[in-house]
Amino acid sequence: MESFKKVTSIVTPLDKVNVDTDQIVPKQFLKLIQKSGFGKFLFFDWRYDKNENKKPDFVLNDSRYNNSKILVTGDNFGCGSSREHAVWALLDYGFSVIIAPSFADIFFSNCFKNGILPISLDEKTVEKLQQETSPIEVDLEKQTIKTSSDEISFNIDPYKKKILLDGLDDIAQTLQYEDKITDFEKTSKIPSVL
Amino acid sequence: MGNTLFEKIWDSHVVVEKQSGPSLIYVDRHLIHEVTSPQAFDGLRLNNRKVRRPDLTIATMDHNVPTNDRSLPILDQTSAIQIQTLEKNCKDFDIKLFDINSSNQGIVHVIGPQLGITLPGTTIVCGDSHTSTHGAFGALALGIGTSDVEHVLASQTLWLEKPTPFEIRVEGKRKNPHAVTAKDIILSIIKHIGTGGGTGTVIEYRGEGITDLSMEQRMTICNMSIEAGARAGLIAPDEKTYDYLRDRKYTPENYESLVDSWQDNLKTDNDAKFEKQFVLHLDDIAPQVSWGTNPGMTCDVTDSVPSPDEFSKGDSNQKKGAEKALAYMDLKPGTPIEDIKIDRVFIGSCTNARLEDLIEASKVIKGQKISSHVRAMIVPGSQMVKQQAEEMGIDKIFIDANFEWRESGCSMCLGMNPDILYPGERCASTSNRNFEGRQGTGGRTHLVSPVMAAAAAIQGHFVDVRKMDLS
Repeated sequence: MESFKKVTSIVTPLDKVNVDTDQIVPKQFLKLIQKSGFGKFLFFDWRYDKNENKKPDFVLNDSRYNNSKILVTGDNFGCGSSREHAVWALLDYGFSVIIAPSFADIFFSNCFKNGILPISLDEKTVEKLQQETSPIEVDLEKQTIKTSSDEISFNIDPYKKKILLDGLDDIAQTLQYEDKITDFEKTSKIPSVL
Repeated sequence: MGNTLFEKIWDSHVVVEKQSGPSLIYVDRHLIHEVTSPQAFDGLRLNNRKVRRPDLTIATMDHNVPTNDRSLPILDQTSAIQIQTLEKNCKDFDIKLFDINSSNQGIVHVIGPQLGITLPGTTIVCGDSHTSTHGAFGALALGIGTSDVEHVLASQTLWLEKPTPFEIRVEGKRKNPHAVTAKDIILSIIKHIGTGGGTGTVIEYRGEGITDLSMEQRMTICNMSIEAGARAGLIAPDEKTYDYLRDRKYTPENYESLVDSWQDNLKTDNDAKFEKQFVLHLDDIAPQVSWGTNPGMTCDVTDSVPSPDEFSKGDSNQKKGAEKALAYMDLKPGTPIEDIKIDRVFIGSCTNARLEDLIEASKVIKGQKISSHVRAMIVPGSQMVKQQAEEMGIDKIFIDANFEWRESGCSMCLGMNPDILYPGERCASTSNRNFEGRQGTGGRTHLVSPVMAAAAAIQGHFVDVRKMDLS
C-alpha cells in the first residue's frame, strides 16, 4: 500500500444520506477477480442511463469535479454489503479522502486497508465543506483540513494514522505477534472443523 | 460490575491488547465464498504466505451460482471464472470446499449452522455482511472486507476496535405467531432505531419475545443486525441452541463437554452494563412491509405509504432521502400498502430461506394458485433445505401453485446470477435489502416475511396475512 500524503483538491459534493455499497459498486461488477479497474463502475447506476450515456445531473458527470480527490457526502456512508470493491472503485476513480458525518463500520475499516482516509466531522461542517468551491488541503500528519477561510481539525485513531502514513502492510505487522498467536492456539478449547 | 455476553466472548479471544486502539482477536471459524475471496488469495500468493489454519476454514459457492439445472454449464463467463478460481484456491491452499455439486452446498450462513460448524462462544468471520446471522447461536460473528479475509487467512486473527454492547429487549407475546414473524420483529426494530442505529455496537437481543423464537427465527433476527448498522448481533444460547447443534455433520466429538462449559459461561451477568438500550413490545405488532430504499423505510401492512414529512420528522436530509426513495419506488404518499400491486415474488436468501420459512409459506399457498400476473420463485437456502422440503412434499405445494422451485444460492437477494428483476418490476421479497437496483437495475424491492410474500403471490398485491387461516 502506498503511503498517504497530503491531499489538495477541490471537493466533490455528493448530497445524499445512507449511500450504500450497492450504489457505490452495483453487484454486476463484483465478478472480477482482481482489485484494479473498478473506477469505471463507481456509482454506475447513478452515473449512466440504461444506454450507458452519462446522466448530466449526477455530480460525477459535472466537469468541474474532474480530478477531484475528496468526496464530501452524507450520514452513514458505505452502509450495507461488506464488499471491499466499493473502496477499490473509489480509489481507482481517484478519491483518497472521504468526508461525512458518519460511516458504516465495515466500509470505514476497509478504507484504511487501501490507503483511503475517511474523516468524520459534524453535520454543519460537512455541509459547509460541500459548498466549498476552492481546493482544500487535507493534512493527515497535522490532522487538519485547510479551506479558503478556515482550518478544521479532525480525529483519527493513532494506529490507523500510522498505517496510512507509513503505508504499512497490516499482515506483516500482525505476523510480528506470531508467538502470541501460537500461545493462544495452545490454550483454545475450540476444535477444528474437520 | 459484571460483563455482557459479547464482552465475555471478546475477552476470551484477545491475543494482543494495547493501551489504546484495536485489539488482535483470534478467529475460530472462517467462512469463505467466491466473491470476496479471490483478491485475498492473490495477496497470499504475492507475498508467499500460506493459510495458517485450513482446518478452521470452510468454503462454499453461493453468491453467483445459477439456481436452475446444475448439470448445465454456467453461461456467464465471469461467474464461471470466479467459481473456478475458488475451486483452484481451495485446492492450492488445502481448504475444504462445498462446491456447486455438493449436497452440502448452500448460502454460507445457512450451511454453517446446519452442518454444526457454527458454535456458541466462538468468533466467526466471513467476507459477507450477513455473517451476523451466526450470532443466533451466541457466537460473535462479523462481516469483513477482502483485506481482512486475507489477514485472517494468513494469521487466523483480526485487528478490531472493541464495539460497545447494545441491549435490545423484545417483550411480550405475538398474538398470531404464524402471521407475525421474526422478520416482522427485526423490521420493526430497524424502523425504530434506523439503519445507522446500531453503528459501532454489538446488539444482544433479549427478552421473552426472543427466547420464544426457534433457532431458525433467531437467525432471521441476527441476520438483519447489519441493516441497523451493527457490527454484530447475538442471542445467548439456551437448550434450543444446544439441541439444534447436536448430531450435525461437523458437531465436535467433545460437544457435551463444550455444552457444559457454555451453560456456565455464555450469558450476560445480571449487573452487566449496556451502553445503549431499546425495547420493542410485541403485543400490537403487525406484519411489516418496506416502502422505500433502505430497510428503515418500513411500515405496518395496515398503514399507507408515508409522506416524506411524516417519515423525516423534521430532518431535512431524511426528507430528501424519502423523496428520492418514493420517486425510485414509484409510490405516492397516502397509498394503502395493501393496494400496491406486485409483479414478482422471491422467497429466498440467508434471511428467510430455511426449512421453517418454506413450511410456513407453504401453509399460505396450499391448494391455491399464484396471481396470473405474478412470477414467483422459491430458492431454498441450501441443498439440504431443498432436500428436506422435498422429502416433506412441500415442493409440490409450491410447484402446483405455479412457483418456480429452484436450486440453492443467494439468487435474487442480490442478483449476481441470472435471477434478477427487470427495470420497473416490483417484488415482494423475503431478502434483507431494498436498496436501489439491489435485485436488478431499476427493480423495486419490498421486504416482507415468507408468509407475507406467499400471500402477496396469491393475491397479486400486499395483503394482511393475519386475515388468512394459517392453522
